[in-house]
Amino acid sequence: MEMLVASAIGVLTAGGLYLILRLRTFPVIMGMSLLTYAVNVFLFTSGRLTTGAPPILRDDVAVYADPLPQALVLTAIVISFGMTAVVVMISLGAFLGSDDDHVDDPTQQDQDRTGDAS
Amino acid sequence: MTHWIVAPVILPALLAPFIVLAARYHIGIQRTFSVVGVLALIAVATGLAIQASDGTITIYQMGDWAAPFGIVLVADRLSTLMVLLTAVLALFVLLYAIGSGWDNRGRHFHALFQFQLMGLMGAFLTGDLFNLFVFFEVLLIASYGLMIHAGGNARLRAGVQYVLFNLIGSTLFLFALGAIYAETGTLNMADLAQRAALIGADATAGLRVGAVLLLLVFAIKAAVVPLHFWLPSSYAEAPWPVAALFAIMTKVGAYGIIRVYTMIFPPELEATSGLHDIWLQPAALVSLAVGMFGVLAAKRLDRLVAFSVIGSMGIVMVTISLFTPEGMAAALYYIVHSTLAGAALFLIADLVRTSRKNLDLTPQAPIAGAALTAALFFLAAIAMVGLPPLSGFIGKLLVLTAALESERVVWIWAIVLGSSLISILGFARAGSVVFWKATSVAPIDEAENADDLRSPAVLSYVAVGGLIAVLTAHTVFAGQVHGYTTAIAAQLFAPEPYLSTVLDTPGKLSVPKEDY
Repeated sequence: MEMLVASAIGVLTAGGLYLILRLRTFPVIMGMSLLTYAVNVFLFTSGRLTTGAPPILRDDVAVYADPLPQALVLTAIVISFGMTAVVVMISLGAFLGSDDDHVDDPTQQDQDRTGDAS
Repeated sequence: MTHWIVAPVILPALLAPFIVLAARYHIGIQRTFSVVGVLALIAVATGLAIQASDGTITIYQMGDWAAPFGIVLVADRLSTLMVLLTAVLALFVLLYAIGSGWDNRGRHFHALFQFQLMGLMGAFLTGDLFNLFVFFEVLLIASYGLMIHAGGNARLRAGVQYVLFNLIGSTLFLFALGAIYAETGTLNMADLAQRAALIGADATAGLRVGAVLLLLVFAIKAAVVPLHFWLPSSYAEAPWPVAALFAIMTKVGAYGIIRVYTMIFPPELEATSGLHDIWLQPAALVSLAVGMFGVLAAKRLDRLVAFSVIGSMGIVMVTISLFTPEGMAAALYYIVHSTLAGAALFLIADLVRTSRKNLDLTPQAPIAGAALTAALFFLAAIAMVGLPPLSGFIGKLLVLTAALESERVVWIWAIVLGSSLISILGFARAGSVVFWKATSVAPIDEAENADDLRSPAVLSYVAVGGLIAVLTAHTVFAGQVHGYTTAIAAQLFAPEPYLSTVLDTPGKLSVPKEDY
């Protein structure tokens, strides 16, 4: 199971990073989402992988699932969800405003083409 | 247990929704509540700073749960200094935003401003790493709104870059926290400090990964080269009062590095040794050089100020990376100075913009109120580049003195002094082009531009003058301030009282079961 989870995190991270380097807003946002999925799974595993173990430490329980990473993941999911919504809105605004979905600064050539000197 | 520690977080947190819900369409009420809120914040911050000034460390246990199980807020000398600095800066920025009318050019400026303050205060006060992440997100999400306040295509594009860069930073932060939690099983800073020291030398791989990732996160916030690329266009395209408030945001990164790398991963901890002197210090020296070259190369006044912020963060990080008590004291003195000077310069850039078509560094028609604006620019530029008599000079003197014992003293002296010369040239060129060469160009037709060009409001000048006055006080009372930052550094390098206060204070969990 460790191998499966670890490679899943690795593939998600690699895919996310590749998409982020595409420098157009849609792939970059998709990449950000993949990266946040990767980090959520990573946080989840930081409390060690267990199956069928109770999440609360009691006197008669020897193996238990650490409940704290689950709480952390929940917080991280909520925050990344909100952030994705924000970045989608801002990117949409930028795209509709300048008719261009590049993330990086426009080159001189682009500026000449669109006549947008700012 | 005093409840005042949580007040700097709660106050803006309550004020912001009130402003959105109750005073949505009344800019006058919004302004009143915002200013009163910030004044109250200053009062609370002063109280906390006085309380912490004798070295007492007070903590606030959320829900009365004892650390490390509950989240604690900790008010020591460093936190309270940063909280006070934020509150003072916020007051002048807010006054400027009101005076210049920036707050009325889009919706919800004051609510976002209060949320931003909430995040900043929480980040400075918290004693828990995950809570630090949450407050980072609070201040970032508010800053996204402020960054694109008043709209415009260039601003939205810069906003996209800013948001994406910070989202990647947040993701890195989570990876770092996951790695650290997997190794130590705790995220409370004091608990971490004790456990990190206990980890055997052969099992530190995960901890090292966490420490490096965390350093990267804070370096992104502090705009250390090569992680500085987000700063110039974000700060230059943000509304200038917002950029002035953002002057404290880079210091959040510096604060994070000071806090985490003195307490949890101190230089003498073998697992993370080399992090600060092999990696951080050269990067900081490069960012100092890059920032000041940027000052010389900038084609617009706002970009020039943004690069000077990178440069001054470089000085701060160089001094922090010495990790000596003298270095930390100098760095803290310089942090206060560069926050105020950077903010003042951004506000002055807006003063220039108010009566000029753009901020390009080309000779243009004279601006309204040029004499006063030029005088303020002159003062703020002197402070920023570190010429006597203002606090930049004293700050750099302290930095150079603290660097004397370093192995890289030659490098530090050469780069600090050389970059100062370059930035003097850059600021002198900018000032002379904007203010002096203006007279050689024919004045533009006044009637044609009467709508968008006007002289700045009196309140704007009051706000900038206030910042300069605080800078002057920072200079005049340099002895006392440096004495206090030395005391802060002493507290940072002797963390035992902090650890015992946080971990030994009883909370709910320490009550024996039969008492329930």
